[in-house]
Amino acid sequence: MLRVEDVTVRFGAAHALDRVSLDVADGEVVTILGPSGSGKTTLLRVIAGLQRPESGKVLLDGLDLEAIPPHRRGIGLVFQDHALFQHRDVWGNVAFGLRMRGDAGGDIDRRVAELLALVGLSGYERRAVSTLSGGEQQRVALARALAPEPRVLLLDEPLGSLDRRLRDRLLDELEEIFEELSVTAVYVTHDQSEAFALGDRVAVMRAGRIVQAGTADELWERPVDEDVARFLGIANVGDGEVVRPEAVVVRPARDRGDGLVEDAVRTGPLVRLRVRLDDGRRLEAVVASVHHPQSGARVDVEIVPEGVVRLR
Amino acid sequence: MDADRASLSARGLRALTYGVPLAFLGLFFLYPLAAILARGLRSDGGVASPLDVLTDPLTREVVWFTAWQAVASTVLTIAVSLPAAYVLGRYSFPGRGLVRALVVVPFVLPTVVVALAFLAILPDGIERGWAPILVAHAFFNVAVVVRVVGTFWAGLDPRVNEAAATLGAGPWRRLREVTLPLLAPSLAAAAAVVFLFSFTSFGVVLILGGPGYTTLEAEIYNQAVRIFDLRAAALLSLVQLACVAVTVWITLRLEARLAVAGHLRSERDTLRRPRTRREKAVVVASLGGLAAFLGLPLAVLVERSLAVGGGHSLEAYRALARPTSAFLATPWEAVLNSVLYASMAAVIAVVVGGLAAFAVAAPRRPRFLDGLLMLPLGASAVMLGFGFVIAFDEPPIDFRASRWIVPVVQALVAIPFVVRIVAPTLRTIDEHQREAAALLGASPVRVRREVDLPIVGRALAVGAGFAFAISLGEFGATVFLARPDNPTLPVAIFRFLGRPGELNVGQAYALAVVLMGVTVVSVYLVERMRGPGRGWI
Repeated sequence: MLRVEDVTVRFGAAHALDRVSLDVADGEVVTILGPSGSGKTTLLRVIAGLQRPESGKVLLDGLDLEAIPPHRRGIGLVFQDHALFQHRDVWGNVAFGLRMRGDAGGDIDRRVAELLALVGLSGYERRAVSTLSGGEQQRVALARALAPEPRVLLLDEPLGSLDRRLRDRLLDELEEIFEELSVTAVYVTHDQSEAFALGDRVAVMRAGRIVQAGTADELWERPVDEDVARFLGIANVGDGEVVRPEAVVVRPARDRGDGLVEDAVRTGPLVRLRVRLDDGRRLEAVVASVHHPQSGARVDVEIVPEGVVRLR
Repeated sequence: MDADRASLSARGLRALTYGVPLAFLGLFFLYPLAAILARGLRSDGGVASPLDVLTDPLTREVVWFTAWQAVASTVLTIAVSLPAAYVLGRYSFPGRGLVRALVVVPFVLPTVVVALAFLAILPDGIERGWAPILVAHAFFNVAVVVRVVGTFWAGLDPRVNEAAATLGAGPWRRLREVTLPLLAPSLAAAAAVVFLFSFTSFGVVLILGGPGYTTLEAEIYNQAVRIFDLRAAALLSLVQLACVAVTVWITLRLEARLAVAGHLRSERDTLRRPRTRREKAVVVASLGGLAAFLGLPLAVLVERSLAVGGGHSLEAYRALARPTSAFLATPWEAVLNSVLYASMAAVIAVVVGGLAAFAVAAPRRPRFLDGLLMLPLGASAVMLGFGFVIAFDEPPIDFRASRWIVPVVQALVAIPFVVRIVAPTLRTIDEHQREAAALLGASPVRVRREVDLPIVGRALAVGAGFAFAISLGEFGATVFLARPDNPTLPVAIFRFLGRPGELNVGQAYALAVVLMGVTVVSVYLVERMRGPGRGWI
């Protein structure tokens, strides 16, 4: 089990991490969700040993890692920019960690082939990394980090630089790989859908603090404050209240109606409706039908009470 | 990395990269420097105070000549080089890479060879004096301007000029108001380097200067070797050191500005084929003129080495195998000595300079280190040689009898060049690559070996090649230290020149041709190894 205890890091006067604590159980994937500059990457660097915390501890299976340099921690990291060794081919990249731990030649070849098969790059051994596409480079980076069987795998926005379709595909693959190898992982992202898709638990970071942690459902059900709600993608926030969009029921007006549909945008299977109520309030609703009210239509609006979260 | 600091191997690595260069420079640079200082300020029997030497009209004359010839050489070099820099900076044409490579040849040619080439080509009467010195300095330093300014020029966005044209600026207005201001940082940096080399020029001045035209560097040699006034030589060394330190400081600052100005575009976007007949004529004329300026003296040098008696023969070359009264060895042994010494010097320079480059390129480092490691660049060669003579001639360190003394002093001259070649490559390595290697289980030492070394290997090889070429032609320091039974090529050439008789002069030319050949071959191999670079070296 990985445990981060009260870690603080300061760059100059600014807190990069402010008394951050986090537990990751064996085989668990925790995603860290936060905007850029919230300290996500710094947290990963502290865990990896690349950044020394000003105070606080990192423990792995009860052992304090403070005195252990990065190369002896057995923690893998997939960098956002891949950080592949440009002067080595695909084999040389994936085999690197195996060579460092002193594996025999035959074992290395077998393991590299195994990992390339896992990430769908069989036969790529002799390719120069500079000839690979962005997605292929990301797979090599993943295979390289997984090869020496790290006790914890850290991933720093690994899909950040890829286009949407490729990202969705790799996301599915990552999920399968994590499942298959029962990897213990900390995955950093600023993308809510990525965080929800991969994380057994999601920790939301803001300004160097973890402001809320829990399963995707828990977060969605009870966001701890307005900012978290907004960051999760909930627009109906205000007056100490969060109204989850699926709790806003919208029907074509039977009579005068309660408001006007200002905008209807399809995002995949769902349609987001922006409704202006006659009292001036604006609400966002989600419907899952092709026969949804169009922009400009008058609608009746009903709010399911369970979908309203009162913030303290 | 912070976490590395905890580990012993990281500390060992740091000690190695800082300790070896600092120990080497401390013993072979600072200690001789201190010896010079001590000798210069000690009053021997109260004959004269140090001020007497410094206020001597002769000293003032020497400083004045050193300064103005350096300024004039710089202006001349830029004037000669700009057409070629323009062509290399604006046009792509077959053989462009070859031109870039060939232009370096004069720069690495031994000063003695260049001086001889101009002795050979200039008519009697004006073959010695200030004019040939300026021309020879321009010949040497064309590479600096063409490569620095040409490469920078190639990085400028041509659309800026096109924009100026659409706003109504004619060709001259565009040159004056757009191109030249944009080029200014590179021109300033190149000028500073040329000034530095012209200011510390020794071989050229010693051979081409004749009476009355002597620089600080040559005067130090005169005082130390011919007049044997070590104290005057020491004091002049200090004057030289002060002047050069200021110049180096300015040079490094100008070069730093060059790096900041670096929003340079890829050459692929800026260069184009010469299209019109006029453009083609400009390319041919610029490069042809440069080729004549650089090629003619060397061609005449070869011709002179063959001219013996009335006709042409290989007599001068054949005589190289025979013992000579000029020194206690056959000239061919000087060739072997030179290659041997230069190889040893290259090894030392790469080890010490390579480690120093690692220290200089480290992300967090004490700033003073950069300056300290660049100091020998500012110390003139003659000063180094002279410093060795007075520092290592008696216990505790009697080093003069050692065969290592020549390679060590040559390495000292070459080390700053090795650092300048290797450090930029090291700085291009993404820190994430090192971190990735560490997280995959590589210890700090292993990270250096697995990540840094393979990437920097080629730069190290190039550095070794340059160190070899520089050591091969090194004259200013070696002339103090090479023993009569173990002369190097440049020293042997100089000795031959000092003797009367056609065969002696012929042998000097023949040896110069041999030296030129070895140098050109080593530079050719170096240029084949390296990719396109932005710097002049």
